[in-house]
Amino acid sequence: MTINEKQDEIIEEFSVFDDWMDKYAYLIEIGNSLEGFDEKNRVEQNLIEGCQSRVWLSAEMKDGKVYYTADSDAIITKGIVALLIRVLSGHTPDEILNSELYFIEKIGLKEHLSPTRSNGLVSMIKQMRMYALAFKHKLNG
Amino acid sequence: MKDINTARTDFPILAREVNGKPLVYLDNAATMQKPQAVIDAVSRVYTDYNSNIHRGTHFLSNVCTGEFENAREKIQKFINARNSYEIIFTRGTTEAINLVANTFGDNFLSEDDEVIVSELEHHSNIVPWQLLRERKGIKLKVIPLNEDGELVLDEYYGMLNEKTRLVAVAHVSNALGTVNPVKEIIEAAHKMNAKVLIDGAQAVHHFPVDMRELDADFYVFSGHKLYGPTGIGVLYGKEELLNKMPPWHGGGEMIKNVTFEKTTYNELPFRFEAGTPDYAGAIGLGAAVDYLSSYSWEDIVGYEKELLDYATEKLSAIDGLKIYGTAEKKSGVVSFLVGKIHPYDMGVMLDKLGIAVRTGHHCAQPVMDRYGIPGTVRASFAIYNTKEEVDKLVDGIEKVKKIFG
Repeated sequence: MTINEKQDEIIEEFSVFDDWMDKYAYLIEIGNSLEGFDEKNRVEQNLIEGCQSRVWLSAEMKDGKVYYTADSDAIITKGIVALLIRVLSGHTPDEILNSELYFIEKIGLKEHLSPTRSNGLVSMIKQMRMYALAFKHKLNG
Repeated sequence: MKDINTARTDFPILAREVNGKPLVYLDNAATMQKPQAVIDAVSRVYTDYNSNIHRGTHFLSNVCTGEFENAREKIQKFINARNSYEIIFTRGTTEAINLVANTFGDNFLSEDDEVIVSELEHHSNIVPWQLLRERKGIKLKVIPLNEDGELVLDEYYGMLNEKTRLVAVAHVSNALGTVNPVKEIIEAAHKMNAKVLIDGAQAVHHFPVDMRELDADFYVFSGHKLYGPTGIGVLYGKEELLNKMPPWHGGGEMIKNVTFEKTTYNELPFRFEAGTPDYAGAIGLGAAVDYLSSYSWEDIVGYEKELLDYATEKLSAIDGLKIYGTAEKKSGVVSFLVGKIHPYDMGVMLDKLGIAVRTGHHCAQPVMDRYGIPGTVRASFAIYNTKEEVDKLVDGIEKVKKIFG
């Protein structure tokens, strides 16, 4: 699946909720089921500090594709983190760098990307792209 | 005196909805909503008599200057300062503290001199002293908190010595609501010839403060936390101290005479008010002080205590809820966590229910570190809040608890 196909799939999944409470309940479920974060990666250099919640992000490259793992101390943040990983993980650096993330706005969670939320998500997206860029240089270099 | 129970109707914003629900505004320690009287006063500046102050010979400038200076006198009376020129307008509490750190601090403190702060300070009353430490090599000492969130006074008394030059503490903690025994703190510091700065940002709207009784050397607060406009605040300083302090910012208004060889500075308070001040904000703050003074302090203190006691009781009854800050004397704030629910998650969900609270570390990270928590959920009160709103908060928390299972 391409990045955009995954985004469209998430938008489709969220479209069944007309009630904010159900939508958040689903997001919380997604957050709670995010796994795969290796405790050895819970270190200062992987920490993205927001003043509201904290995100830990690590990445590795396998067969030319970038794979992310992450965690957050707040579950709503973690839910969005899980969605971001689902969308961007397993793609080439170029695909990630050229992607345009529109699903968060479409599913009505854009407020979590506002700078005033300070939940670390804006920095996390930037950091995901930075990893892609770093891996790209490694590939070419 | 006006009836405190009808205060709510004076605040137009409280009639609006948020996320389809009536607004329950419980983030007053971050900023207060404004009564119509303040909104009108600021609006009148621009519709009736806007003009730069202390400069013109023309009619409007005289009117505007008069209103601006009148506001200064209102604030002088509000905190019972001896002289109106001891009231310096700043952009807020933060700027007022930085002004003292940069003028008093830079000129009267030297290497190894000691400044005492406390563990419950807002970052605004920590960082300016750390910057001063970098510039001057002073030492910073910290009064610790006990488990209830009260200052351990014995530790404080033990810290005071002949090297202590300044004690800078909050009157009321923004994160925990603790009311500190500032009178005792000031008396003890004065015995050692140390000066005292009190951060009154969370105090001046909750109970009366009296400069002559308190005898603080500096007392600072913000307009927007006092039902007034943003961008305006106050530094009160004792005349003899302010007179010794050099200016901080240079520019218009603060000078007496400028040549390229030498500039002489204006007298108090203008020496510390370089550039065109926020006169509309100051006039608005004057109106806010008038507004608050239309109620009796007895009513304000009584009403807010009843509200805080009610909230404390109702919140405590929620299974798994823990209140942080259980000092004997508290004002305006209740800070808490519910089970393992992260404060951000709680804040997001309450917002969806139309309830505005603050979540996070409240710019007081050392307090959170003290308790080993990432932050809290904070509900903070004003004279326009009601017990029904506390009930809505409690219902909201119960709903959120269910969602997070």
